[in-house]
Amino acid sequence: MTASRLATGGSAIDRSHPIRFSFDGATVHGFAGDTIASALLAGDVAVVGRSFKYHRPRGIWGAGVEEPNALVDIGGLRATPNTRATTEPARDGLVARSVNATPSALADRNAFLDRFARFIPAAFYYKTFMWPEWHRFEPRIRAMAGLGKVDADWASPGTADQVNHHCDVLVVGAGPAGLAAARLAADAGLSVTLVDDQQNPGGSLGHRAGEIDGKPAAAWIAETVAALASAGHLILPSTTAFGIYDHNLVGLNQRHFDGRPDTLWRVRPRRIVLATGAIERPLPFANNDLPGILSADAALAYLRRHAVLVGRRIVVATNNDSAYETAGALAEAGAEVRLVDLRRDGTPNAPANVRLIKGRALASASGKLRVDGVTLDDGTKLDADCVLISGGWTPTIHLFGQAKGKLAWSEARAAFLPGDPVDGIAVVGAAAGAVSLSEVFAGAGTAVASLGQTKAALPPRSTGPEATGGITAAWPLPGSKGRIWIDYQNDVTVKDVELAARENFVSVEHLKRYTTLGMATDQGKTSNLPGLALMAGITGRTVPEVGTTTYRPPFTPVPLASFAGARVGELMAPVRRLPLENVHRSSGAVFQEYGGWLRPAHYGGNADSERSIADEARRARQSVALFDGSTLGKIEVIGLQAAAFVDFLYYNTMSTLKPGRCRYGFMLSENGVVFDDGVLVRLDEQRFVVSCSSSHVAAVHARLEEWRQDRFGHGAVYIHNATSDMATLTVSGPNARKLLEMLELGLSLDDADLPHMAIGHGIYAGDEVRIARVSFTGDRSYEISIRADRAEPLWAQLRQAGQTFDAVVIGLEALMILRAEKGFIVIGKDTDGTTLPHDLGVDGPRTKRQTEFVGRRSLFTEEASRDNRMQLVGLTVPQGEAPLPTGAHGIKRIDGRLRSQGFVTSSYQSPTLGRPVALGLIERGAARHGETIDIQHLGKISKATITAPCAFNPAGDRLHA
Amino acid sequence: MQLFPCPFCGPRDETEFHYGGDAGNIRPDGADVPIDRWADYLYLRTNPKGTAREIWVHMTCGEFFVMERDTVSHKVLSSAALGGEHAA
Repeated sequence: MTASRLATGGSAIDRSHPIRFSFDGATVHGFAGDTIASALLAGDVAVVGRSFKYHRPRGIWGAGVEEPNALVDIGGLRATPNTRATTEPARDGLVARSVNATPSALADRNAFLDRFARFIPAAFYYKTFMWPEWHRFEPRIRAMAGLGKVDADWASPGTADQVNHHCDVLVVGAGPAGLAAARLAADAGLSVTLVDDQQNPGGSLGHRAGEIDGKPAAAWIAETVAALASAGHLILPSTTAFGIYDHNLVGLNQRHFDGRPDTLWRVRPRRIVLATGAIERPLPFANNDLPGILSADAALAYLRRHAVLVGRRIVVATNNDSAYETAGALAEAGAEVRLVDLRRDGTPNAPANVRLIKGRALASASGKLRVDGVTLDDGTKLDADCVLISGGWTPTIHLFGQAKGKLAWSEARAAFLPGDPVDGIAVVGAAAGAVSLSEVFAGAGTAVASLGQTKAALPPRSTGPEATGGITAAWPLPGSKGRIWIDYQNDVTVKDVELAARENFVSVEHLKRYTTLGMATDQGKTSNLPGLALMAGITGRTVPEVGTTTYRPPFTPVPLASFAGARVGELMAPVRRLPLENVHRSSGAVFQEYGGWLRPAHYGGNADSERSIADEARRARQSVALFDGSTLGKIEVIGLQAAAFVDFLYYNTMSTLKPGRCRYGFMLSENGVVFDDGVLVRLDEQRFVVSCSSSHVAAVHARLEEWRQDRFGHGAVYIHNATSDMATLTVSGPNARKLLEMLELGLSLDDADLPHMAIGHGIYAGDEVRIARVSFTGDRSYEISIRADRAEPLWAQLRQAGQTFDAVVIGLEALMILRAEKGFIVIGKDTDGTTLPHDLGVDGPRTKRQTEFVGRRSLFTEEASRDNRMQLVGLTVPQGEAPLPTGAHGIKRIDGRLRSQGFVTSSYQSPTLGRPVALGLIERGAARHGETIDIQHLGKISKATITAPCAFNPAGDRLHA
Repeated sequence: MQLFPCPFCGPRDETEFHYGGDAGNIRPDGADVPIDRWADYLYLRTNPKGTAREIWVHMTCGEFFVMERDTVSHKVLSSAALGGEHAA
């Protein structure tokens, strides 16, 4: 054993609650408060994963979000691939597996790959597997590389919550800077939300020394949090601010550990305070990726939070002051500590019981599955069971960068710091380059004062020893010997960056894509700065000249389920439902979605639906049919200029319509294309009802509103979409009138009083009903509109009365046959995005109208006047042949080559005519009735004869029969 | 996510809005409008870098309005309801 749990201490763990979980099949013991990583370290598990490409053994590096190596797939309720073991709480019964390792991280079958590493540098796969084709190699290569595995069978236990939240100040990070800023803002009377990605607030104060206002750090943290909580401010632990979006919207990922999916918060703060801290960097030396080599700060965190001593014979390598506290604390805990500082001068004093070696750096580390020693740059060998690295601190300025904040290079800090301020955002603490608590608190005070509050309290005072920030930069150097890792997660070494430079991928963005430096789950939190500093060295530029890659959300991975929220399954695109849906279901209706509406396709259950549909269409012609047409648009247009308005919106002149009458017409787009068709009802001089297509109601409504507000003004016309207010029940067929006469509707159904294309008003069971004599079947039809919530008794009585006439209830499929028999079109099915009204045979308004209407000018272009336009026709097949496939092309030969001359748009077997009927758009079709053409479908050619669109009762007398 | 000011409802998330076109793209009426002029009205868009005047609709309330915004900084400069000012 080298790493071990100490008998006492550990601020985060609760020794009275031991827990057990499994890692790679072995049992791991820990305490409540452990992370997976701290428990693995306490159990001296050195190898926790395999690297992405070379399958190198890898151990825990960090203690937080920056972790590049210790990724695990966890199962169970919170099943998540590539979870950072350093941030995931250890829990009883948890099952964790290392990534990219088979069967386990320790005994990985693909470990041999590392022996071939020199042959597989960056871009090896791109270059090698081009011939004959990459896709032949891809599956096997992908199986060998990569990280965690997604369990495709896993289903979330519920939908993820999404919360919208507002506050005056959002403070990101609950370390010393964030706590101080939150408290100051709260005391100034602002509403504060404080988020932190750890389970407990405190940040670096959780493991680094500090005394504030004369109190130990822990007491100050507890007091500050209690004050914020009692004043009603929101504190969210285990919550990561992962992105700042336009207009300073902040996305938060809140994790729960009780099986609930993560919660997505969308926060709109007035101001944002970023107190996101800093991340420790590695140092470059050969084999710096061996298990047992950790961030020095992480080792201090494991010691003080989890009472885990990471080794017995430790080498600490540093270029800065921050490692001295770590070295001293480890020596005090009983380890033998050698502190190797590459600086010769200006270092702090050696802590007690620590051997300080100045002016030396590590040249290499040795060991197979874990580190067993190091060699210094003067050749001195030191044996060690653990090597701790502190290469300096990289401020966590990702969110500032996402908000388009410019960065400024600081030579003194050897890091990028926030540059010119961004509106509404302040950066404080280590993220702004502060080192000592005094600097941190002063910065927090300035930031809160800048929020413009007059009532400003004094920031806390640091009363203990202060940290110092001395550092001498130690970047990876070109030409270094050995395999020096820059990016642990993506297996990028110094040599790979050199290769990229040689091949002229010198821009940081190219470097990233070519080598994968800074990609994947950690997004280069430990590797980006060393990588671009190395590129600076290779190309003779300064670090700021090389610059950084673009910061983009998310800062840490966010489950896709969080973004989906409740918009899954049926709620992804909810269907609209009929008021009588349940009645139809109990009548055996089979439902389908049509243009966003769930409607009966046919009745009679699922068995032999084709026959059911044919029966419905046939019987509808014989006696009488009942149909639920409630989805039909009912948009009211009301006002002084209502008539002028509908004249402008319709292709047809509508102002000449008499009150109580209906007229069929088209609405066009400004490019002249037929946008919708339907019947316009004029209720009185200043009131119309637009009966648009069911699937077009929202679009037509929006179009009416646009023209109303743009061209007519708010007071001239009013528009009300009453589609869902009313149900529309249709009675159609030779016996329609007789059936309706059996109901007491209180109006005359005489043709003199209620002729075709007229409306009447009646009363049914005390409710007003509107009866329109319009027909989509070609037979005498009545559309009865009634309050949606009163439709059920009317429907029941229609069905009751229908028994006398052998009435049939029909679904949409039968209606489609009936309308196709008549040559009635469905916009978008029998027309396309080029169809003009005269292509459908309606040329009157184009040639005669003198007043303006939408799309008018487009009807007189060269294109609109072409003589070979596709026109609506009927198509009949030779006797005994099956219906034409919809979409089949009419073809002709030009210079021996086949060319389309149009296509079939609707095609059905007509049970009444006993033969197929079809509609199509065919070149010059209107002038070619009687001509037989070739129709091609999937390589097979058949014949069809062009006819007029109407195949059934062309005289139209059945409308009045 | 941007915040757009609906003249009727106040600031709302951009996902509630739909783009309606360039503001000031006045419709030329008549069957004899020169064809180039009509084509400009139908298809020619300015797509400016910087300040843009655009028509937007707040889909949840149906309000069409003119919004001035900066296409680079995404700052919203003004918004005002349409009042039928293009009445023929």
